[in-house]
Amino acid sequence: MKNIKYLLLRRVTQVGLLLLYFGANAYGWNVLAGTFGSSLVLGTIPLADPYTTLQVLATGFVLGADVLLGALIITFFYFVVGGRAFCSWVCPINMVTDLANWLRRKLNLDKEEVNYRFLKRNARYWIMVLGLIVSAVVGIAAFEVLSPITIMQRGIIFGFGMGFAVIVAIFLFDLFGVKNGWCGHLCPLGATYSIIGKASLIRVDHDHEKCTNCMECKVVCPENHVLHMVNKESIMVTNGECTNCGRCIDVCNDDALNFSIRNYLKK
Amino acid sequence: MMANSDNNRRKFFTTTLQSVGLTALGGLLWSGYSHEVKASPLVLRPPGAIKESDFLTACIKCGLCAEACQNRETNTDKESGEAREGTLIMAKGGDNRLIGTPFFVPTQVPCYMCEDIPCVPVCPSGALDFDSLVNEKQELDINKSRMGLAVVHKESCIAFWGIQCDACYRACPLLDEAITLEYTKNERTGKHAYLLPVVHDDICTGCGLCEKACVTEKPAIFVLPHEISQGRAGDHYVKGWDKKDQERVKDATSQETTTEISKEGAADYLNSGGLY
Repeated sequence: MKNIKYLLLRRVTQVGLLLLYFGANAYGWNVLAGTFGSSLVLGTIPLADPYTTLQVLATGFVLGADVLLGALIITFFYFVVGGRAFCSWVCPINMVTDLANWLRRKLNLDKEEVNYRFLKRNARYWIMVLGLIVSAVVGIAAFEVLSPITIMQRGIIFGFGMGFAVIVAIFLFDLFGVKNGWCGHLCPLGATYSIIGKASLIRVDHDHEKCTNCMECKVVCPENHVLHMVNKESIMVTNGECTNCGRCIDVCNDDALNFSIRNYLKK
Repeated sequence: MMANSDNNRRKFFTTTLQSVGLTALGGLLWSGYSHEVKASPLVLRPPGAIKESDFLTACIKCGLCAEACQNRETNTDKESGEAREGTLIMAKGGDNRLIGTPFFVPTQVPCYMCEDIPCVPVCPSGALDFDSLVNEKQELDINKSRMGLAVVHKESCIAFWGIQCDACYRACPLLDEAITLEYTKNERTGKHAYLLPVVHDDICTGCGLCEKACVTEKPAIFVLPHEISQGRAGDHYVKGWDKKDQERVKDATSQETTTEISKEGAADYLNSGGLY
C-alpha cells in the first residue's frame, strides 16, 4: 500500500481551515474569520496576506495597523514552516491543480508535453513584480481582481457565482496546457512565499546513501527541479520553490527523504 | 570559438528581449483589465465606507464586515429564531462589481442601521472609517453614515398621482427627518390633498429601507451613490443670503474692469457690411 501520510495531513489541514472560514460566516464561529486577504483568529489575532498587503501599499494607500501586523505574523510563520507550505497545506487551488496533475499522469499527458519555451518557472517572479507595478499604476490591488485563490476561498464561504469559471480555467490550463502551469509558473503569491521560504527552517532532507534512484520522488514533485540532489548528494532541499508538501517523502520507499530542521548554527 | 560566444550572446539578448516584451504585454492587458473592473460606480457600500475610488484601493476583500453583518444578534427571524440573510454581499464573478468587495442591494436586503454598527469596527484595512461615524458625544452613531441618497421618481410614485401612500415615509428610520411629506392641493379633484415624499439630502443615510418598502412594481424611490444622485452648483455660486456661505468670500478682493463704450452708432454697425 502506498504511503499517503502527508497527503492526508495536507488535505485535512486544507479542508479543516476552509471549514473554519466557512463556519465563521455561516454559523458565526469565532475561531478563524475573514479570508486570506485578512483574517482574525479567535477574534483577536490579525493575519494578512503579505502579497495583498504589498499590493495595497504599492497603490499608496496607508493600510490599517491590523493588516500590517497580520502580514508580519504570517511572514514570520512561513519563515519558520517553509514559505510555500502555504501553497500545499493551505491554498485551496492546490487541490484543483493536484487533481489536474494526477489526471495528467493517469492520462499520460505528461509524455506528450510540448516544450513551452516562453513560459518558464521564473515567470512568476516577473508577474509578482508586475503585479505591484500594475497596482501602483491603476490604483487597486491588481492580483486581487483575478486571483483564483481568493476567488475560490470566497466562493466556498460566500458563494461562487461566475467565479467558478476561473477555477475551471486553472484546472484546464494545468491539465491540457502547461504542467504545473499555475502553481509552478504563474502564481505571484507562490513567488512571494518562495522568497519568504528561501531561508525557512523546516526543510526536506535527502540521504543519498539510502536512495535507490527509483526517481518516484521526481515524478510526483510539482517543482521537481528542487530535487536536483537526489541520488547525488546528502543535502537539504534549500530551494524556496519547494512547497514542503511531503509527497516525495510519502512515495520514497527507501526512507531517503525526510523533514528536518535547518541548522544555521552548524558549520 | 568566436562564433559560439557570439551565438550565446545573441541568445541571451533574444530571451531577455522576449521576457521584457512578454512582461510588457502582460502588464498592458493586466492594467487594462484592472482599470475596467474598477469602473462600477453604481454600487452601495457599507456604512462608513471611504470615497469609492479610495475604497476600491483600501478594501482587502476579507469579508469580515459581511460576516459581522450576517451574524449580528439582531439578524434573527422573530418567528423562526433562525439567522436571516445579511445585508452585505461579497461581490462574486458576474456581479459586475469589483470582485470580493462588500456591497448591498436595498431591494434584496436594505441596511437596518444597527446602533452598534457591527460591520465597521471589524474592518482591518481602513476601508470602512470608524471615525466618520463618531458623533460629538464620542459615540458610534449610525445616523452619520452616508451610504447613498434616496431619489424619488415622481412620475411613477403614486403619491404624485394623488393616491395616498406614505410607505417610504413610514419605513424611514429617521422618520419625518430624512423624508418629509409635503401637502399640496389636488387641483384635479378639487377636494383632496397630495402627500408628496421629499428626501432631505443632509439627513438621508441611504439605508434603502424606503426602496424596500416602496409599493410600486419597480420602486419609485431608490438609493443611488452620492456621486450619481447629487448635482454640483460649483464654487463660483455664493449664497449672498447665507452668512456661512459668505465666509467663503470674506477675503475676496474686488477686481474692476472697464470696457470702453463704442462711440459708433447702431446704424453704423448694420451698414458696415459684415453681418456675421
